[in-house]
Amino acid sequence: MSIALLLDLAVGTAPDRIAVGTRTAGLTFAELDLRVRSTARRLRASGAGSVAFLGLSGPAFHVALFAAARAGLAITPLNYRLADAQLLELLSALPEPLVVADQAFHATVAGRFPLLDAADVLLAENSEPDGEDEDTFANAVDDEAPAVVLFTSGTTSTPKGVVLRHSHLVSYVLQTVDPGSADENDAALVCVPPYHVAGVGTVLTNTTAGRRVVHLPDFTAVGWLEAVATEAITSAMVVPTMLARVVEHLGPNQAQAPTLRTIAYGGARISPPVLAKALEAFPVAGFVNAYGLTETSSTIALLDADDHRAALASDDPSARARLASAGRFVPGIEAEIRDADQQVLGSGEIGELWVRGPQVSGEYLGTGSVVDSGGWFPTRDRAHVDLEGYLFIEGRSDDTIIRGGENIAPAEVEDVLSEHSAVRDVAVIGLPDPEWGERLVAVVVRSHEIDPEELRSFVRSRLRGSRTPDEVVFVDELPVTPTGKLLRRALVDSLRNS
Amino acid sequence: MTILKTGSRLKSQVDDTQVVVVRAPAADVDLRIGGYAPTALAETPEAGLVPIPGEGTLLGKRYARKENDLELLVTKAGVGDLTVDGVLLHVKDSKPLPASD
Repeated sequence: MSIALLLDLAVGTAPDRIAVGTRTAGLTFAELDLRVRSTARRLRASGAGSVAFLGLSGPAFHVALFAAARAGLAITPLNYRLADAQLLELLSALPEPLVVADQAFHATVAGRFPLLDAADVLLAENSEPDGEDEDTFANAVDDEAPAVVLFTSGTTSTPKGVVLRHSHLVSYVLQTVDPGSADENDAALVCVPPYHVAGVGTVLTNTTAGRRVVHLPDFTAVGWLEAVATEAITSAMVVPTMLARVVEHLGPNQAQAPTLRTIAYGGARISPPVLAKALEAFPVAGFVNAYGLTETSSTIALLDADDHRAALASDDPSARARLASAGRFVPGIEAEIRDADQQVLGSGEIGELWVRGPQVSGEYLGTGSVVDSGGWFPTRDRAHVDLEGYLFIEGRSDDTIIRGGENIAPAEVEDVLSEHSAVRDVAVIGLPDPEWGERLVAVVVRSHEIDPEELRSFVRSRLRGSRTPDEVVFVDELPVTPTGKLLRRALVDSLRNS
Repeated sequence: MTILKTGSRLKSQVDDTQVVVVRAPAADVDLRIGGYAPTALAETPEAGLVPIPGEGTLLGKRYARKENDLELLVTKAGVGDLTVDGVLLHVKDSKPLPASD
């Protein structure tokens, strides 16, 4: 089956429910379906070989995503913040793309690629029922055809196009969501852009559950809190930097968000003090930590609200430590921790995380699959799994700093530094060093004046000596992707050159 | 006997039921809907089949057998029952995961 069937399920269970938008002006699932059908027909008639989406998150992306699936074409949401030259380069890597674009981006593609206005796919006058032939065509779209191609953010290398086939995305959704399971008044607030795997996942999972989606493409803490209140949001997904902004804005106050039952965070590492403050600011909401990769069709492990509560309430250090865990694997996912020689390690031992399951792709545009003969995908994340199956992510393998022959995960030092009141944001990186191979450099965004020596001794009193930063550098801000991922490579490059 | 494959869609030959395979056992099984082997969506049902009435299926529900190695999601409801090797499949109680993306 193709991902288009997920919309069929929602239309079958709750046609008159709002699928996307505000309670008063949103599109129902039936209205969305009509626009999807007519857009699919236009896509087929265009003769395009694929679809690209260049726009903010919003109802037009819902239409484009399902319409591309009905037309049997893969869709690639592009990062609209990229420079024109980069966008055109990525578009050139796609097979004969038709670009569905917001007005603001028309100039970039006009005259170079066929263009369809994103506002146009939402128009009621363009939505008419299609025929049986079109249904037959949509139903015959191969499960193994590419559904979505997403370019990775390229924090450690140039962007790679990850190929997610219908079977990967459908497996993910059906393993983790019950169709029609949302309550009538449920609403999800989405702040991730369409070009992030969670931006695709959220459309698929919320549609399948029959849950209304409200988009907030330009995140601000105030705007987010207002949207939660006025739209009676019941679940929200944020990246850790957004949660940090919200708790900073709230200060010592609790949020006024009586309807908010779930706050899911993921996409990057959260600093322990931010999570602690968020738990205080939203005492009623359940927190969910989601871990996944683009290559795994979004979430593969979850730390759910009960896990958070149990960790907070426990006196047992190993149970409390789970607050920093990525949780347990979702159904259908198998995992192994392997050492550099591919030997499978036991619980508690740190190595590389390998995963397999029907939602795991591991395939890249042009270069093919990196999945091994047993179906296992190397995540390039260093991790361990505790005795009860909780996953702990240490960081990217590529980010590991080797100082004097000792492997140091930046996160370990970052977590300690983030506890210091003068540290607003921090990244720990390795820079070339004649004596140690790499020296440990803490790059700190200060909240107030502080002596570098004080930060070094703060770490020394809490971690082994080799974990003490050799150097502390103060900066105004850290380079991050729009979804809050630290651009370590850019940081290393800029400090190496200065 | 039907080879079930995760993600594949099947329809009943004698009523409206359509399902998608969420979990498939390793071995072939004798799956029936309304008393007859289901077919792929595009296929034409065999002529002259007489439906065997049952309790019917519910849209959006998952059906499994007790071994828990097989799971079907009903994408279109119908009046026939789902059986494997003559045993009625039951509606699966599931603890939904929290919304995570």
